[in-house]
Amino acid sequence: MINNKESKPKQLYKRGDNIAGYLFILPFIVGFMVFIFVPIIFSFILGFTKWNLLSGFGNIKFVGFKNFSKLLRDVAFTDSFKNTLIFAFFTISLQIVISLILASLLLSNIYYSDIFKTMIFVPYIASIVASAIVWQVMLNPTNGPVNQFLMSIGISNPPKWFVSAHWALPTLIAFTVWKALGYFTIVYIAGLKSIPEEIYEASIIDGASTRTRFFKITIPLVSPTTFFLFVTGLIGCFKAFDQIKVTTGGGPGHASSVLVLFVYQNAFEFYKMGYASAAAWILFLVIFAVTIFQWIGQKKWVNYE
Amino acid sequence: MNKRINVKNQQKIKKVLLSLFVGIISISMLLPLVWMLSTSFKVEADVFRFPIDWIPRKWSMVSNYTTVFGGDYNFLTYYKNSILYSFFSVSLYIVLCSMAGYAFAKIKFKWSDQLFLIILATMMIPEQLILIPQFIIMRSFHIDNTISGLVLRSIFGSYGVFLLKQFMMSIPDSIIESGKIDGAKQWTIYSKLILPMSQASIATLIILKFVWTWNDYQGPLVFLRTASKYTLQIGLSSFVAGDGLSPLYSLLMAGSVVAIIPLLFVFIIFQKQVIGGIATGAVKG
Repeated sequence: MINNKESKPKQLYKRGDNIAGYLFILPFIVGFMVFIFVPIIFSFILGFTKWNLLSGFGNIKFVGFKNFSKLLRDVAFTDSFKNTLIFAFFTISLQIVISLILASLLLSNIYYSDIFKTMIFVPYIASIVASAIVWQVMLNPTNGPVNQFLMSIGISNPPKWFVSAHWALPTLIAFTVWKALGYFTIVYIAGLKSIPEEIYEASIIDGASTRTRFFKITIPLVSPTTFFLFVTGLIGCFKAFDQIKVTTGGGPGHASSVLVLFVYQNAFEFYKMGYASAAAWILFLVIFAVTIFQWIGQKKWVNYE
Repeated sequence: MNKRINVKNQQKIKKVLLSLFVGIISISMLLPLVWMLSTSFKVEADVFRFPIDWIPRKWSMVSNYTTVFGGDYNFLTYYKNSILYSFFSVSLYIVLCSMAGYAFAKIKFKWSDQLFLIILATMMIPEQLILIPQFIIMRSFHIDNTISGLVLRSIFGSYGVFLLKQFMMSIPDSIIESGKIDGAKQWTIYSKLILPMSQASIATLIILKFVWTWNDYQGPLVFLRTASKYTLQIGLSSFVAGDGLSPLYSLLMAGSVVAIIPLLFVFIIFQKQVIGGIATGAVKG
């Protein structure tokens, strides 16, 4: 895409090709403009306005950076912001560590590895609403099977999971890790398979232990996969919405609210379109900054042979 | 001789123990879903009985499922809407993305690189950011609260164009040239040569898009307001929130099973494509 720039003189575009090319992309581009591109511009403008959807277009008021300064003083926003970072950090770390270990185990010499792989993957395709509801019922503080079990083994005061201010966020993290673990594991298995066998064989001859091989060979050589999962998985964490909306709705209080939920509630429950758009742009800036930071940081630890 | 047997035995024990360990993890990953299935067969009074009866002591399977599909719970309507939404969304998405992907991969036209870059760049924008303007635009076109509106907003994804363009670029130009010599027009080259050759990656994209659309919650939540338009996911969640009444858990679980089953079938049938598609997409990306 980039390297053919010099070799491509302007005359190369044939009239017929130009027409054909545009005809082929036309249906996509029209929809893309209406449903993606224009909304992005529109959203940017809305971020600087005060507008209640129900009051009609005539009542859009430009307020400059007021939305942003108001957001910084809004406890619901700052709590959501903090929770988003905590949620993303713990979810992605657990996902990466557990799935890398699982993938290595599945590739080692064990029985039924194909069946186990499939079993671990199933939660990933299960509907997120349905599985969130199942977790919610299983973790019901008084009647749920999990707490009944904990009480039966002598824990008299088990956590209240989704309804506890203290446990709501960790429970959501656990759910999200469970849900996506299969995806991470499958990707890691593919990444691990691409490490040349000879490197392992040579290290066995050199007398390296299993642990040394894991830390000195596997982890550095699988780092491109780790990088891919880290970047895409972290973006996924920042956008996590469904499970939170279904189970806790951000509560109790703002204990498990995140930015995406904050945007949703302000836009579609309170109809504050300008305020919500401003918050959405802050979310975008966070995602953008984190992604750029990762791209720059990758030189330090990602190993592209 | 003895020593060798010993080493062999040791390795075998290690293998058994490791398999057991991974097996326990795999089973516990499935436990919530197994509990869901078993609960969906129970009478309400037995739902929270402890210790858990994994096999119901009193079966209420037929009655639970017929109730969920029956008049009061509307699951039949939700099902129909989910199928409509998924079918049209997936088919139109594939047509649009493969056409655009072909043009970006194989036709040299003005500004194609720049346009493609813009499309690619929008992949970083969180969906929630454009949700608000989309809502306003769709309201002014009066296509909010309709399945067709929902379909329209879901089919212009950059990801599909990107994936198919990457694949189509790997098809040798000589094949297209030979088609041109035979006098084939671009449309014929696209439909008779390129599409059949891209089958594998199109299959992957179909499955992925089907999973996304079937499981889509945020779109229907924002854009649908009338219960008769609800898809399964939103119908299921409204079942919980309901009118403040505590729901019947056995029925709730039956509803959840119903929402998961189609995808489970697709996954079991196309396991290789799903897993293979995810793996190659990720490693190449």
